[in-house]
Amino acid sequence: MKLGNSSKLGLLLLMAPLLIWLFALILLPHVDMFFLSIREKVAPRVYQTSMANYMEFFNEPLYWNTFARTAVMSILTTAITLLIAFPISYYIAKMLKGRMKAFLFVLCLLPFWVSELVRTFGWMILLRETGIVSSTLQWMGVVDGPIEFLYTDATILVGLVYSSMLFMVVPLVSTLESLDDSYIEAGYDLGGNGFTVLREVVIPHAMPGIVSGCIVVFMLSLGNYLTPVLLGGKDSLWFTEQIYAQFITRFNWEQGAAFGFLLLILSSLIVWAGLKLSRQTLSETMG
Amino acid sequence: MLKQKLKMVTGLLVGASVLGLSGAANAETLRLLTWGGYAPENVIELFQKETGIEVEVTKSNNEDMISKLRATGGSGFDLAQPSQDRIAGAQFEHEIYKPIDLSKINADLFIASMMDGTKKNTTVDGKVYGVPHIWGTSGLIVNRKEAGSIADYTDLCSEAVAGKVSYRLKRPTLIGFAFSMGMDPFAAYDDTAKYSEIMGKVEEKLIDCKSNVKSYWSGGDALMNLIRSGEVTAAMAWDTGGWKLNQENADVTFVAPKSGALGWIDTFALPAKTKNEEAAYKWINFVMQPKIAAMITASAGNFTASKGADEFAEPALKKQFQDSFPPEAIDNIKWYPPVPAGLEDIEGKVLDRVKAAQSN
Amino acid sequence: MANGADVSEFDLECSNLTKRFGGFTAVNNISFNIPNGSFFSILGPSGCGKTTLLRMLAGFLEPDEGDIRIKNRSMLGVPPNKRPVNMVFQHLALFPMMTVAENIAYGLKRQGVPKAEIAVKVQSALDRINLPDAGPKRVDQLSGGQKQRIAIARCLVLDPDVLLLDEPLGALDLKLREHMKVELKQLQSQFGTTFVYITHDQSEALVMSDQVAVMNNGVFEQVGDPQDLYYNPKTAFVAGFVGDTNRWKGVVKATSGSEVQVATDDGLTLTATGIGQGCKTGDAVDIFVRPESVALSRSADALSGMENRLAGQVKNVLFNGANSRILVQDPTNGGEIMVTLPQTGEFNDLRAGQDLHLGWKLSQAKCFAQEAGKASGAEVA
Repeated sequence: MKLGNSSKLGLLLLMAPLLIWLFALILLPHVDMFFLSIREKVAPRVYQTSMANYMEFFNEPLYWNTFARTAVMSILTTAITLLIAFPISYYIAKMLKGRMKAFLFVLCLLPFWVSELVRTFGWMILLRETGIVSSTLQWMGVVDGPIEFLYTDATILVGLVYSSMLFMVVPLVSTLESLDDSYIEAGYDLGGNGFTVLREVVIPHAMPGIVSGCIVVFMLSLGNYLTPVLLGGKDSLWFTEQIYAQFITRFNWEQGAAFGFLLLILSSLIVWAGLKLSRQTLSETMG
Repeated sequence: MLKQKLKMVTGLLVGASVLGLSGAANAETLRLLTWGGYAPENVIELFQKETGIEVEVTKSNNEDMISKLRATGGSGFDLAQPSQDRIAGAQFEHEIYKPIDLSKINADLFIASMMDGTKKNTTVDGKVYGVPHIWGTSGLIVNRKEAGSIADYTDLCSEAVAGKVSYRLKRPTLIGFAFSMGMDPFAAYDDTAKYSEIMGKVEEKLIDCKSNVKSYWSGGDALMNLIRSGEVTAAMAWDTGGWKLNQENADVTFVAPKSGALGWIDTFALPAKTKNEEAAYKWINFVMQPKIAAMITASAGNFTASKGADEFAEPALKKQFQDSFPPEAIDNIKWYPPVPAGLEDIEGKVLDRVKAAQSN
Repeated sequence: MANGADVSEFDLECSNLTKRFGGFTAVNNISFNIPNGSFFSILGPSGCGKTTLLRMLAGFLEPDEGDIRIKNRSMLGVPPNKRPVNMVFQHLALFPMMTVAENIAYGLKRQGVPKAEIAVKVQSALDRINLPDAGPKRVDQLSGGQKQRIAIARCLVLDPDVLLLDEPLGALDLKLREHMKVELKQLQSQFGTTFVYITHDQSEALVMSDQVAVMNNGVFEQVGDPQDLYYNPKTAFVAGFVGDTNRWKGVVKATSGSEVQVATDDGLTLTATGIGQGCKTGDAVDIFVRPESVALSRSADALSGMENRLAGQVKNVLFNGANSRILVQDPTNGGEIMVTLPQTGEFNDLRAGQDLHLGWKLSQAKCFAQEAGKASGAEVA
């Protein structure tokens, strides 16, 4: 009994830093944000409790559309990232051995040694009207005048896919590496072709990696700010941009906090729907 | 034995770190929240030599200053430099500033008319919250060779410069377009309904104009790059940016729009919880000396409210100013009156809708 | 189905198969035929090339030279999924994300068999391996032996001409392994499919196989039925690898017909039957004597009819019921000999330290030329 108590205390002490961290850095700010979000400004310095900030999101098509657009673009980013990352991961995990494997893996990692801002500026240097791609095309005689590649939705997608790649490749490589070659060989041996082995053996095995990669990429894209704003230009229209604008340029913290919560809730809903659709559970994916 | 030693070492370490901390606290610092170029290295050095006070500079802009000070309830900085029109509203709503003790300011160093104007505009409940420092205008930066026809804000929407235009999605753009469209937004500041109507018209114009825009700029450097590369030939921006570019490319310069450049004055204001008020006053009186003010002008590109500093200003800068501002243009400058609380909510919505509108 | 004229008595024919990896020849010019419906084992130490050979049969590797014919049809250039061959993998490779029934149905689905028919075939396969209710189970709910049977059923349901097995018993514990040996043999005769089984465990090969090929350094040392390999090894490697044996190294002193006089390195003079070409006077040779060929006696006289006689001291009694053995030490040179304890009751009271006489006949001692290079495997230690 005595031992039980002291070991309980020990556990509590052991967990204390984690609990304090969770409480002080995650829970507390959210509680604060929540109270902020249900405060309606009725006049300067006069506030009352109401859901008006939340209603604003649904009543003003502008915000609702922005969110829908952000979500659709993020889903697209996730899908494209998966399509590109899967063959790369398969190649790294299954086709390569030894140093070449480590080399390619580091190559995927390399862009992340510089900050996101620098990476995005890199894309801007490449794609702007007087940039490298445009000048090269002109020099080759493919086009007559300069072409602006920046400030389109496609550019935003390129930037997002690029900055998401690692977060898809890492979980995919690790799940694919855990797939013993003999399963793939058995898949062929029993009459399967490349496509059926991929569908029946490789993808089901990699599913936890696919799902966790997709969740991470989706959330990162949804929450990204720099890439859409810098590459999207005048039409970027990203939901985080709205939150930023409410907080920083409009001083409307109440609205910003409500948008923040809506982002949290709606993105969780989308992830939940995605898990349901792919018949995966979060514990399976993360466990 | 070992334990004792350990104790001693720990004690020493703790003692040393406490000493170190207090040592750091002893060296007086002034935490300055300001704009790029307003506190150049050479001025900071001179100030430290004279007073022994270190200056910590945080570069910012109007919205960011209010956000930062609002987040902390007015602490974290000892002196801020918001524009004069953005003080009263923010103070009324968020109480982030502290009244200025005018007796501690050497009024003789200031151009009297500017001092009076600023005092008037930054007065809330009978207390003064700001004194002037640097003033300038925003208008148009134009590449005269490529976009010579651009003489007013609304010209940015003309076919001649399609796809080669940039401006900010911020309130100066709304105000500028309103004037350019023949309306007077400043006169409507106290009439919310009228102001909303004006903004509605501006919104329509800006959405219409969106297809002409290459990108909405947000950082001065990004805009300068766009103009340097020729991707943008006409933009709405600050005068100093135009003059700087003019030194590199004579075709590019600042143009005061027909409907009037927008005049702003950046001030000194004390954050509500400033920790080193004395140092703040020392800094104000130091940088307003004509010679120091001229050094700041050289760095920021804009002129100061310091009396007699013109004498020390670089001739090239004066020449550029005179080129951009013939006497009638100076008279035509629209000085920002203080923004009443609440107006920015209306403007915010307009800006959101312009941003969200699809061009073409 | 192949037409009548093509029908061969061999399910699998390999001729001059060679596979090289860089400068290393893993399989060196091997030819063999496997009769229809037989259990054929390839026995060899790890690294002997047996896995490479099996993977060529399955189609995962292409031979550099030679031909593989299954039911008289060349398999060169035929991918694994098009070969009438299936493989049971070392770790079985049952798909963990599918149920047992889905695992068995996998190959049938790939063949485009109608759904209803698949269900019937899967159930009948499960019945035949005595796991009729296992269909809806997940793979990780099965025991080791059950998994084994499912893996075989998954292949056999496709009715392959040849079933390849890559040491599938390796992961099982000893008792289950003994049991599965019998079961595998039964399954094979029940289905009548040709099995090609590779292993490094001589007991698996001997118990189950109709034919065993002993493989070493990329070549077949000897192919034959288990008794043949055990009693009439053709090479020193086979003699040492198949079954337990005592071994002496030595030099031939004199020969007379097939009888060879050998002076061993530890100072004995032994008489043995020379096998093959390498036992001429002066040759370095190995002599092999199986533990069960050595006669024991407490008196020297009883062994007078034996060509080889030794006296020694019991060092250890390794009691294991019917498989009991003793370790006898030669006091003069310290050499040890393993002898099977006869189950006549005569030596039931034998204890360490007692003196004994040993003897064996000329015909039981086999003399081979010493292998150049590598030492052979399963020596009595």
